[in-house]
Amino acid sequence: MDRFIYLTFDGLSRGLVYAAFALALVLIWRAARIVNFAQGSMAVAAVYVAYSVTNATGSYWLGFVVALLAGLLLGVLVERVVMRFVDHSSPLNGVVVALGLVLVLQGTLGIIYGNEYQPVETPFSRDAFEVGGIAMLSRYDLFVFAAVGTVVVVLTLLFTRTAIGLRMRAAAFAPDVSRLLGVSVGGMLTLGWALAAAVGSLAGMLVVPTELGVHPTAMDVVFVSAFTAAVVGGLDSPIGAVVGGLIVGLLLSYVSGYIDVTVAPMAILALLVLVLLGKPGGLFSSSKARVA
Amino acid sequence: MTGALLQVDGLTAGYGAAPVLHDVGLTVQPGEIVAVLGANGAGKTTLLRTLSGLVRSSGGRVLFDGADLAGTKVEHLVRRGIAHVPEGRGVVTELTVDENLRLGGLWRRDRADARKALDEVYELFPPLAQRRTFAGHQLSGGERQMLALGRALVGRPRLLLLDEPSLGLAPKVTGQIMALLRDLRERTGLAVLLVEQNVRSALSIADEGVVLALGRVVARNKASVLRDDADLRHAYLGF
Ligand SMILES: Nc1ncnc2c1ncn2[C@@H]1O[C@H](COP(=O)(O)OP(=O)(O)OP(=O)(O)O)[C@@H](O)[C@H]1O
Ligand SMILES: [Mg+2]
Repeated sequence: MDRFIYLTFDGLSRGLVYAAFALALVLIWRAARIVNFAQGSMAVAAVYVAYSVTNATGSYWLGFVVALLAGLLLGVLVERVVMRFVDHSSPLNGVVVALGLVLVLQGTLGIIYGNEYQPVETPFSRDAFEVGGIAMLSRYDLFVFAAVGTVVVVLTLLFTRTAIGLRMRAAAFAPDVSRLLGVSVGGMLTLGWALAAAVGSLAGMLVVPTELGVHPTAMDVVFVSAFTAAVVGGLDSPIGAVVGGLIVGLLLSYVSGYIDVTVAPMAILALLVLVLLGKPGGLFSSSKARVA
Repeated sequence: MTGALLQVDGLTAGYGAAPVLHDVGLTVQPGEIVAVLGANGAGKTTLLRTLSGLVRSSGGRVLFDGADLAGTKVEHLVRRGIAHVPEGRGVVTELTVDENLRLGGLWRRDRADARKALDEVYELFPPLAQRRTFAGHQLSGGERQMLALGRALVGRPRLLLLDEPSLGLAPKVTGQIMALLRDLRERTGLAVLLVEQNVRSALSIADEGVVLALGRVVARNKASVLRDDADLRHAYLGF
């Protein structure tokens, strides 16, 4: 029972990171109908920037803030310089360009920083404190909860309560109509990419220190988990991304804990295949609304 | 003619190489309702889309209130006073009634008047006021038409480009919409460029009519004259 509780908290903590990363995928999917396969590499680039800043200044928090800003900037650049010019008549075009971007980013990061894992510090202890003799959460887990929770609340308020959020949703659903109503659809697209890349960078900052450290391919495995989370949630639904992230996190934690770590990636793939076969629209798909 | 609200001369436009519109000319005076008529595929929708910049023109000139619209971005059109209600109504079905209406006034600096205009639309269309939180896809065809029209009115336009408002609606509802347009014109001086398949109801409220066939203007005259021109009706309008 102790172990179950520990694994549950561990799974929720991981799951929130996947949720954040899946949220970034959903943001771009909703805005541009592209699965951004470069999201992982973009996040790694931001983590490297933070790594450099923290090494130079000794401040984790300065690095943290710069990583988010670097994410925003990278999102703007990728949309304005690359994705805007992709012919979207076939959905495959965006995928191929994104994969090309992965190669460019990983190659560039490898040249600058080398292809070794570099350990990254965490701002809080990762030792779980015990409540009634049961190891539950670390301070770092609480930090992850707070960070992802903040992102979810801020994004929800942005999309449901603000004029910019209304513009972004309208531009995504009905670009021509939105332009006729005075919405700068191109601007909303750029903003969507920027937000998504910043959220992806946050997820990178949260997850990289808990694994082997920063490396040009450090987010590849996380990408697969987060992509599965997004698909489970229906790609279209922010709530779905969060719930999908938690499901994937728990699954990974239980499988690693009760069976074996090496089986965990198989479990993720099995989940992905099951969802695609059984409910390809995801558990929270809003495709009904689209068809009508 | 001087003082025209919309003056179109020699407009040529299309998708890709072959033009769909050839040398189209028309005029809309302030407060005037001009009907654009023609068979399926005549180029009526293309004409409206070209006027609002969604389709690029390859020749000709469009003057709105004396100023050339060339180079005006689509998203800046509402600021000039032109509202385009597209074919198929263009309600954003994923958004609620209230969100759709608010969207129509987001660009406006005068927030107080934008709110006032929104309240007026709810007064004008009570069924919308009862369904503020409904998603667009939960509305009937007639309610969607009210919503699309109401959303355009929130921007207090001077010219309305209206593409087939009667599409799929019962004759009674179509009649109500036509009556509303006439009423708006009387009260606010709104000018309308009205694309319609429903020739009778369009000509019943229009001052002028323009008949398109294969992308060319084949007749341009007073609505009353077009109504009584049996040859023209048989040749191009099918009744
Ligand atoms: N997106 C497009 N790409 C290529 N050709 C198009 C496109 N839209 C319309 N056309 C062509 O342009 C011509 C005029 O179409 P348009 O939609 O303007 O006609 P319409 O008068 O509005 O017809 P309807 O009464 O059926 O709505 C048609 O021959 C049509 O095939
Ligand atoms: Mg048409």
